[in-house]
Amino acid sequence: MSRTTPERVQPDASRGVLVRPRKKARGVGWIENRPPGRIAGVHPRDLWAYRDLALFLALRDLQVRYKQTIFGVAWAVIQPLAGVAIFTFVFGRLVNVPSDGLPYPLFVYVGMIVWIYLSTAVNEAAQSLTEKSALVTKIYFPRILAPFAAALPGLVDLGISMVILGGFMAFYGIVPGVSALLFPAFVFALALVATGAGVWLAALNVQYRDVRYALPFLVQVWLFLSPVVYPTSLVDGAARYVFALNPLVGVIDGARWALLGAPPPGAAALVSLATGTALLVTGIVYFQRVERRFADVV
Amino acid sequence: MARAIEVEQVTKRYRLGERADAYATLRATIARAFTPSPAPHREIYALRDVDLAVDEGEAVGVIGRNGAGKSTLLKILCRITAPTSGASRTRGRVGPLLEVGTGFHPELTGRENVYLNGTILGMSRRDIDRRFDDIVGFADVDRFLDTPLKRYSSGMYLRLAFAVAAHLDPEILVVDEVLAVGDAEFQEKCLGRMSSFRREGRTVVFVSHDLGAIGRLCERVVWLERGSVEADGPTRPVLDGYLRSVAPRSTRVDFAVEPERPVQLLSAFRTDESGVERDVVRRDEAMTLHFRFVARRPIPGLDVGVRLVSDDGVVVLDENLSDVEAERLGDSGEYEAAITVPPVLPAGTYVAHAWIGASSAGGLWRVFVDREALTVRLWPAASDGPESIARRRLVQPAVQWSVRPLGLEETRAGA
Repeated sequence: MSRTTPERVQPDASRGVLVRPRKKARGVGWIENRPPGRIAGVHPRDLWAYRDLALFLALRDLQVRYKQTIFGVAWAVIQPLAGVAIFTFVFGRLVNVPSDGLPYPLFVYVGMIVWIYLSTAVNEAAQSLTEKSALVTKIYFPRILAPFAAALPGLVDLGISMVILGGFMAFYGIVPGVSALLFPAFVFALALVATGAGVWLAALNVQYRDVRYALPFLVQVWLFLSPVVYPTSLVDGAARYVFALNPLVGVIDGARWALLGAPPPGAAALVSLATGTALLVTGIVYFQRVERRFADVV
Repeated sequence: MARAIEVEQVTKRYRLGERADAYATLRATIARAFTPSPAPHREIYALRDVDLAVDEGEAVGVIGRNGAGKSTLLKILCRITAPTSGASRTRGRVGPLLEVGTGFHPELTGRENVYLNGTILGMSRRDIDRRFDDIVGFADVDRFLDTPLKRYSSGMYLRLAFAVAAHLDPEILVVDEVLAVGDAEFQEKCLGRMSSFRREGRTVVFVSHDLGAIGRLCERVVWLERGSVEADGPTRPVLDGYLRSVAPRSTRVDFAVEPERPVQLLSAFRTDESGVERDVVRRDEAMTLHFRFVARRPIPGLDVGVRLVSDDGVVVLDENLSDVEAERLGDSGEYEAAITVPPVLPAGTYVAHAWIGASSAGGLWRVFVDREALTVRLWPAASDGPESIARRRLVQPAVQWSVRPLGLEETRAGA
């Protein structure tokens, strides 16, 4: 005999809601989903709320990478060392490229580890959204965290490479000066450059299939435009500022200066800093503009 | 009671072929920029001017045919995709269960996946630390915690995925057809957990094709039809309206002939008590279910049965011929079995399963036929008011009421 049809139980409650002023209903705590505007802002609070997710995505990539490969962590060591061996032979011995008075292997090793980080991070970031399509279509998270997170795992490899660098420097008897304290700043700058390029490419990759094919070529060109196997000092005068438009120039020169005591990067580094920052900022803006369509496209 | 979800005039338009199209090549985009008049896109509306307000603690079911916009609505609630116009607002943490095991990675261990999946579903690391033992206990996989997920059986995988989801702590739980995977026991567990979410006063939005599950969990149902809200109200009437629109109209089903089967169901139909096929049979009338079948060789001990299942999965009737007749069938040939169901069931939709089997030595049954044969609808009696129809019950036989006054005290009129 109990009559528990819901509408009979709650008439007063529902009337209460209707009477409640709109203002209160829209108070703090409401999360809104509206059509994207022309310029969507970055929401720092949102990014912060999802920081754990970014870390875990990075951690997952790292774990998976090391679990699936036979040599695991060893790759972080083998890859730059093999590069050093080849470049030392080709450019150091055969072509006799100068190295700012530093032993060529050491000179090229620093360039190599910066380079390997960049190419790995950019590659991962570019594919971060297309690879995570299962996530993108099933849950919400600030999409930009995917390319951001892609820049993190490479830092672990970089750290491992630093240990080898220590051995190298001891072998050549090079003691880092006080400038070494600035090295983390250059790593940070490196991560910014990688993230900037990664964010651009990730957004483009969702929309244009070409990106996947253009990427290896792009990365290759970038390698030869950067002072990895040769010193910036080969570029003279005003041309150096043009050369420094490549944000990696400031990073690599700075890292060599900080760790090995190579000539300081000078004012050209500011040009690199400016273009690096511009790359990241425009990347974020572009990403936000196309972000809301990702779930419909990926 | 405060609002938990507000959906205002939400429209979602997809360009037809957006999926294939938008993944265009750069060349195509550049070419399009120089083409004087770009080819107009064909557009479809997944949702059109949808309004919905859900109070805190409400459990709302969303039903509709494929392509009606159910999943799109959920995706907009979860912010996975943005509406084309209009706005949706949610208050409180949203637990999006659009699939089980989102983000699970086969190479990672069970432990690692719990953390990953939990984080993806919106738990903080500390939340997961705190609930980790519960999750593992619930999933019953403690021995395999450090085994990569790819070595899990599909049952273990599901249990682990569901265990994480079950220990979420959202104010609003959004569930899409998760129950479609897994066995009956798993589905039961899912439903149980969802009802306890409800009892804790959380808001649940639940999309499913399983109307029984919707009926058990939700007090309110939204029926979407081609992107618009067709009906929104108390579960029972909305479900009834929906069923009426999708249920097969025929009162007769003929089955394809499969000559290799020793016993086969040929047709099933429903009549009223006098044997006349009628579209509308009311709950206060007896109905007769007929099954024609053929035994292609003599089968001693042949028995026939019928099982009626209500739309929320309850077996309301399960009778065999042998329950009342000592005499068994056995000769080969065609038969027609008819069972008359007295007017005791409430109005609603029932699935009639036909069963044909034979007992063999040792009390074992050999089953030849056990299948859904007919969907039958019992209409409300002519005298049933809407309020009476909305009440749920298992049986509704003609009952006798009697009220006699035992000395009345005088009351004020109009009190």
